[in-house]
Amino acid sequence: MSRFVERHPAWALISIIAIAVVLWLVFAIWPPGLEEAIGRKRVFLNAVFNGITLGGLYFLVASGFTLIFGLMRNVNLAHGSLYLFGGYVGYAVSTATGSWILSFIVAFILTALVGVLLQLIVFRRMEGQDLRQTMVTIGLSIVFADLMLWACGGDFYQIQTPNWLIGPVDLPLVTAIKSSGEPVYLRYPMVRLVIFAASVVIGVAMWLALNRTRIGMIVRAGVDDRDILAATGVRIQLVFVAVFAFGAGLAGVAGVVGGTFQSLSPGEDIRFLLASLVVVIVGGMGSIPGAALGALIIGLAEQLGSVYIPTYAIVVTFLIMVLVLAIRPQGLLARR
Amino acid sequence: MSLAHDSRIAVRHAALAQRPARVWPEINHPAAWIVAAILVIMPLIANGFFLIEIFASTLILGTMALSLMVLAGYGGMVSLMQLTIAGFSAYMVAVFGISGNANISLGWPWWLAVPMALALATAFGTLGGALAVRTEGIYTIMITLAIGAAFYYFTNQNWAIFNGHTGINTVATPHFWGVNWRADIPFYYIVLAVAALCYFAVEYLSRAPFGLALQGVRDNPRRMAALGFNVNAHRVAAYAFASFIAALAGVLQVWNYRQISPGSVSVGACIDVLIIAVVGGITRPIGPFIGALIFVLLRTFALDFLVRIGLDGNRFRLLIGLGFLAIVFWSSDGVIGLWQRWRQSRGADRSGGGRRHG
Repeated sequence: MSRFVERHPAWALISIIAIAVVLWLVFAIWPPGLEEAIGRKRVFLNAVFNGITLGGLYFLVASGFTLIFGLMRNVNLAHGSLYLFGGYVGYAVSTATGSWILSFIVAFILTALVGVLLQLIVFRRMEGQDLRQTMVTIGLSIVFADLMLWACGGDFYQIQTPNWLIGPVDLPLVTAIKSSGEPVYLRYPMVRLVIFAASVVIGVAMWLALNRTRIGMIVRAGVDDRDILAATGVRIQLVFVAVFAFGAGLAGVAGVVGGTFQSLSPGEDIRFLLASLVVVIVGGMGSIPGAALGALIIGLAEQLGSVYIPTYAIVVTFLIMVLVLAIRPQGLLARR
Repeated sequence: MSLAHDSRIAVRHAALAQRPARVWPEINHPAAWIVAAILVIMPLIANGFFLIEIFASTLILGTMALSLMVLAGYGGMVSLMQLTIAGFSAYMVAVFGISGNANISLGWPWWLAVPMALALATAFGTLGGALAVRTEGIYTIMITLAIGAAFYYFTNQNWAIFNGHTGINTVATPHFWGVNWRADIPFYYIVLAVAALCYFAVEYLSRAPFGLALQGVRDNPRRMAALGFNVNAHRVAAYAFASFIAALAGVLQVWNYRQISPGSVSVGACIDVLIIAVVGGITRPIGPFIGALIFVLLRTFALDFLVRIGLDGNRFRLLIGLGFLAIVFWSSDGVIGLWQRWRQSRGADRSGGGRRHG
């Protein structure tokens, strides 16, 4: 951190000012002039919270994607299909058993199994052939999409939120002061906060696992140089399978999350594939912190954009991507 | 059969041995002449449906995939935004030309609107290419896919220029010299002429100094840079050339369907172009046209075929996806590669390695 400040004093100043402005916007009671200029504070806060929670969902999808890429140099364009598959599995389990938690476990296990099969049957045969692997995953995503359309039809599904998570909570953030002088607090759906907290927990756990455990050390070594790692006697294929399974399982979990606070339908696979592509391009391929930062930026840009410039919300996210590519083609937090 | 086949190879081989370095190889091939003759007299053989829905569509899609083939085969850059460039050009024809949406279209005559559309689409593709060349390999795929998706969403949401998700309808087609050029037979010949022009332009490019330098950049960018070639400039120029081809195909497409909507520039359609090019083979310019023919035949007849053998007719995309997977698994060079390998195994003792510049 201090090194960053030393090396880029101007950027550090700009980011400190930006953070201060954002904090002020979130916590202060807006003066009437500002409310006239950009609308009610409640709208702004809601957009920010939606953006952050959406960023949590994007992080769940994109972290698996970036983990798989980082270790195996394999761009899995069927990742969106894994997301949708996990969502459908979660829907089936939660309607059959009524248990929301169980649907996460089953979705994780089944998508992880699909991931294992993919790695063993497909990717192991064409190791090191980036382009061919990418083509194969494109073909697989088409096949999966059609199979899921066949099995589940074109309807919208939504996973039932469990009772203990239904309903809004009051957050200690004042949105306005009533004329009686009584403060109005922001009300926000409980389930979204829980999901966001869960994605933070998963992200921190992943970071700890990668940086503090032996398996994480092996994975990091594999990211740096997998040939040398294999030469030291690590059973690299086993590591590949495990990482692929974990990344795919995360996509499945994300599918359940997405099915709970959005909906599942054909086409969502492409949407989330694109979202994770943009997130990892912005954040840096193969970097977990990069995926977190990218997910946050893209989620916020999408939600704030849809509130303040509704016609061009999607375009804003792609503009961010173009900007990052133009300034720092390897992504914001990539190491190389 | 085998005799005829072998003699043909022998003829071709002799011709190959004699010809100077810069001659069209396909022109010496009798099969090429037969195909060309069939294409020219097609209106005598096929009726309107086959002529437009099958052959004109094949040629248009093939031209789009040809632009991808230039980038992927000679430049080593797999771009998924070729359809987006074509779609942009199609939109521009509709916006500058005459259409049913009078509040959007500027009403220019076609000879003004088309060059404008071509120029803008080429500029668009070149800009996208300049962005994409900052990355390599699989990153290029992702960035071009993201550009394609951004354009799709943008057309969906923008009402001022692109008329949102309804798109622009009843686009006027050219009428001059007393001919309605959108009537089946004249339109077929326009499409054939443009496709042939693009095909020969690409054939020429592959032997021109620029094309050779581009292939050098594909094979070893570092060495080419050391030799004094500007690697990125070559790549961007390749994007510009390919964008122009894609833009031509886009103009033909909007005249063919007389309308353009976001559905025709969707992500799935972008991927279809990649499938066409890869299935046909991306090492030779003829590949995309073969791939397009297979794709169009499947798209048109898969439904009837699947129903006839007792399956659900809606599983057309499953068939396409499985076919694509099979091709990618067993032949990295598409149908052309399969055919070449088959020919080599038949005449291994006589013909040796087939001519390849890929």
